[in-house]
Amino acid sequence: MAQIDDSGGGGHDKKGKKRAKKSSTHVDMTPLVDLAFLLLTFFVLTSTFSDPKVMSLTYPAKPKPDDVIDPDKAKVNNAITFLLSKDKIYYYEGAFKKEPTDGMPATTLEETNFSADGVRKLLIEKNSFVLNKKAPLLRDLQAGKISDEKMKEELGKAKGNKEALKVLIKTNERATCRNFIDLIDELKINDIGVMAPVDLMKSEEDLINAKDK
Amino acid sequence: MPKIKIPKSSPSIDMTPMVDLAFLLVTFFMLSAKTRVADVVEVDTPYSVEDKEFPKNYVIVTVDKNGRKFFSMNSVELKTAVLADMQKQYKFQLTKHQMESYLKIPSIGCEIKNLPGYLDAKESDRNKYIGIGIPTDSTNNQLKSWIDYSNRRGLTVGKDMYDKDFEKNPEIQVSDYKPKFILKADNEALYLQAKDVIETFRDLELTNLNFVTSLQMKGEK
Repeated sequence: MAQIDDSGGGGHDKKGKKRAKKSSTHVDMTPLVDLAFLLLTFFVLTSTFSDPKVMSLTYPAKPKPDDVIDPDKAKVNNAITFLLSKDKIYYYEGAFKKEPTDGMPATTLEETNFSADGVRKLLIEKNSFVLNKKAPLLRDLQAGKISDEKMKEELGKAKGNKEALKVLIKTNERATCRNFIDLIDELKINDIGVMAPVDLMKSEEDLINAKDK
Repeated sequence: MPKIKIPKSSPSIDMTPMVDLAFLLVTFFMLSAKTRVADVVEVDTPYSVEDKEFPKNYVIVTVDKNGRKFFSMNSVELKTAVLADMQKQYKFQLTKHQMESYLKIPSIGCEIKNLPGYLDAKESDRNKYIGIGIPTDSTNNQLKSWIDYSNRRGLTVGKDMYDKDFEKNPEIQVSDYKPKFILKADNEALYLQAKDVIETFRDLELTNLNFVTSLQMKGEK
């Protein structure tokens, strides 16, 4: 301890011998504590805990002039298209129909939102094919029956399946990057295998504008 | 009768353990704190649950909330090589002082013709030279040149890095050292403005992009 008891004090002890007066070796630590806590506060406040992370996203390649589009491949099967406006999110399923064709009505936009009840619930419902395959895989993985690689491989297969949901993302001129990233994040959470940001068509833009008002 | 003396206890508390603790914490926070160079612009990145770390060899294009574009590279070798290419294409010279400042400034955010002024300016005056940031319009797409050169040079720089690290640890992956392209867009930036940059990447057949996000815990909103 830094403190030494000098309660005896004085120059006389029990035997009456003379002694030099002992000065206390006790150091006042209060300023030291002040300083230490000041520094501590500074470092606590300035340190950042979360490093930025990256989210990878593959964009479709630009079509080359001599590319031939195979009409069978271009046909969308089990697809959903999200349309983003400022803090708003609309969607429709299947191909876009401007006019009623083949007995099917013209496309109308449904509105949803970024909450757990909105777009997440919708994706869980629509992407049930992949999510239903994922659940037993996850159980097996936890039980140690399959390896991490095997799980990834199987999940990749399910995501690439014809039945799995495919998502197209279109944005209008009012959508912000936050809206876009939020949507991509939801898609990744719900294991959407195929997602492609594509350009907005004029007729879709008109529909959004009508809804935004 | 002598009085009974109650031994006086000192009112001072022994602070040694407290000092010990405080300095321990100070040391911890000091060591865990990272010195971060202040960037030319402040950007609030969106949240996501993604937890992928930054790659080893990367190039960042920043889009701030006003839609201005900035360009930065993470290694000195790459910066030097890319600048030499840019000087050849746009025919400009930099003084020794401007070169030093080019290597020190984290990101470039101006037209080529303003670059010497941008590099000479003090931190507080730099805003004057930024203007619209790096131009991306199709007639004068300077961002495209920056990206194109950094992609080509990035491969050789990455290879050198790989060779150096391989001696220490033979288990590293080559793919980690290829140049990666990162888009750092502000929350409030319009997607349309980020799209200018994305289209530039796609023109150069770089379709694998990375967005900078901050980690968000699952379920938190």
